[in-house]
Amino acid sequence: MSILDEFPAMGRQDLRDLKKGIDGSFREFSRGYGEAIENFFDPVLRALVWFEKLLLATPWPLIILIVAGLAYLGSRSWKLALGAAVSFILIGYFGMWEDTMSTVALISVATILCIVIGIPIGIMMSRSNRLQAMITPILDVMQTIPIFVYLLPVVMLLGIGKVPGLIAVLVYAMPPVVRLTNLGIRLVDAEILEAADAFGANPRQKLFDVQIPLALPNIFAGVNQTIMMALAMVVIASMIGVKGLGNPVLQSIQNQYLTLGLMNGMAIVALAIIFDRVSQQYGKRLQKHREGGHGV
Amino acid sequence: MSKTKVSIKNLYKIFGPQAERMVEKVKGGMSKTELLEKHGHVLGLKDVNLDIPQREMQVIMGLSGSGKSTLIRHVNRLIEPTAGEMIVDGEDVLGMSEEQLREFRRRKASMVFQKFALLPHRTIMDNVAYGLKIRNTPVEEARERCQRWIDRVGLGGFENHYPAQLSGGMQQRVGLARALATDAEILLMDEAFSALDPLIRTDMQNVLLDLQEELHKTVIFITHDLDEALRIGDNICILRDGEVVQKGSPQQIILKPADDYVSDFIKDINRARVLEVGSVMNGKIASKGPEVDRSMAVEEAMQAMSKADSKTAVVTENGKAVGAVTLDQMIAAIARPAAGNKGDKTYR
Repeated sequence: MSILDEFPAMGRQDLRDLKKGIDGSFREFSRGYGEAIENFFDPVLRALVWFEKLLLATPWPLIILIVAGLAYLGSRSWKLALGAAVSFILIGYFGMWEDTMSTVALISVATILCIVIGIPIGIMMSRSNRLQAMITPILDVMQTIPIFVYLLPVVMLLGIGKVPGLIAVLVYAMPPVVRLTNLGIRLVDAEILEAADAFGANPRQKLFDVQIPLALPNIFAGVNQTIMMALAMVVIASMIGVKGLGNPVLQSIQNQYLTLGLMNGMAIVALAIIFDRVSQQYGKRLQKHREGGHGV
Repeated sequence: MSKTKVSIKNLYKIFGPQAERMVEKVKGGMSKTELLEKHGHVLGLKDVNLDIPQREMQVIMGLSGSGKSTLIRHVNRLIEPTAGEMIVDGEDVLGMSEEQLREFRRRKASMVFQKFALLPHRTIMDNVAYGLKIRNTPVEEARERCQRWIDRVGLGGFENHYPAQLSGGMQQRVGLARALATDAEILLMDEAFSALDPLIRTDMQNVLLDLQEELHKTVIFITHDLDEALRIGDNICILRDGEVVQKGSPQQIILKPADDYVSDFIKDINRARVLEVGSVMNGKIASKGPEVDRSMAVEEAMQAMSKADSKTAVVTENGKAVGAVTLDQMIAAIARPAAGNKGDKTYR
């Protein structure tokens, strides 16, 4: 009856050998291909560094002007533009300007990459049920696996630095835009699609004239979520050597610097709120034509 | 009758995973209910044969679930039939490649939908130009053409509005203009006016009749509304449970309903307004009385006779006398036929 008392686990020795074997071969792999993979990510790294330098080299009043201008263009709201400008001035006043620029650079590049990679994947998923069945569990894993579990192999492969940080952010932040692109396209009114068919639209015309425009509200919600999740990863990314607002937060955890943590934390929150409100307002504005009202 | 434009031959549509195999069973006489209960397949259309003449309005009528919307989608192959033929202008639609089919849909047959199916993110102008954009018509030319159609359906001034800003009736005008803008010879109208309220519906019927007088398209019009069918149809085809119950002109259907189902359908219509003098008259060229054209409604003819205080009238065609009609004949014709004598039947 002992089989019921104790789980018939693999022998200790075997288990250790298995782990060792996998660890060993991964180490081999990272030794053999680490450099190639690093080279592959080199353009991304250069873009990130370039953008960060650009932000830091630009005079601060100009940055504040640009931030306020973008906020206004996105939301058409003076209040929001003013709020964004005031937040950035406060951030600068409390000595967090450089870290904030690094973080903005990281988030921007991460978001652009998520959109460029995520939307096409979402579109492909929406066209094939089989692909959807295959990708959905991958997205689930990406969102739920403890971050450190995939951080470790990434660090083993690429060392610490900006690129592994960026990859960590991408893994965590990409799923929403993929999911919502897929969902949005699947939710497009079947009647309108039928009309497109009836007028002889080919698949490409259907995609660009009907499916993507009608899915845009959902795609946009996905982008918004992606930005928020990328910001949430800032502190974790700093653990593997990414500069930015996460770094002081990390320091403050290690040394119990209450105020330092609070200030940098608030800066992250301010960025999040600005990004969120502006992108949401912009998304809403895209939908203006859906509002009724005759002869408006 | 003029040349046949669309010819539907032995068309079957069965919904289900093994539709092909079920065709034989249906041909062997299996009913819709039996097919569903025993094999889990739904019979959509059963042996539909219909020749649709060029430049006329063919109405296909039936209650919901009778297969009329399924049938119209076979004409431009939005739905693939399980068996049968669909010939348009002597060309086999079912044999077309995807590219040929797209070309067919772009140039030959355009469609108007029950729920309008407009693009909500495009202006009225861009919606009307949709069919032209798809086939890469130069923008300037498309604009010019579409402007004409927008004006023609009475929406001038709304070019830059969005569909959500228009009422249902106006939106369907956009749908109609979009379909007309491609200059397709065949116009498929799937319950195009059913979602509109009665006054607007009559209005739209007038718009369509007006346009037809000038354009002479081959129109296939789906409706569940008999009044609408009688009003606009040159020919009517009545479907029930996917089968053709009767085809013919409105006059034929009213005077000689094929079965109880059709009789039931027509029992509440205003016969005096729909029946034409020509359907009631006798061949004797005779007598005195006012002249009435053979296409005049019985209702109007009776008024004319009453005004002239005459019990007979001379029926004319293009001004020439072709027959006579008496008041008694007309009264007999507009009397409701005896109610179904085979007991109360209900139809789904």
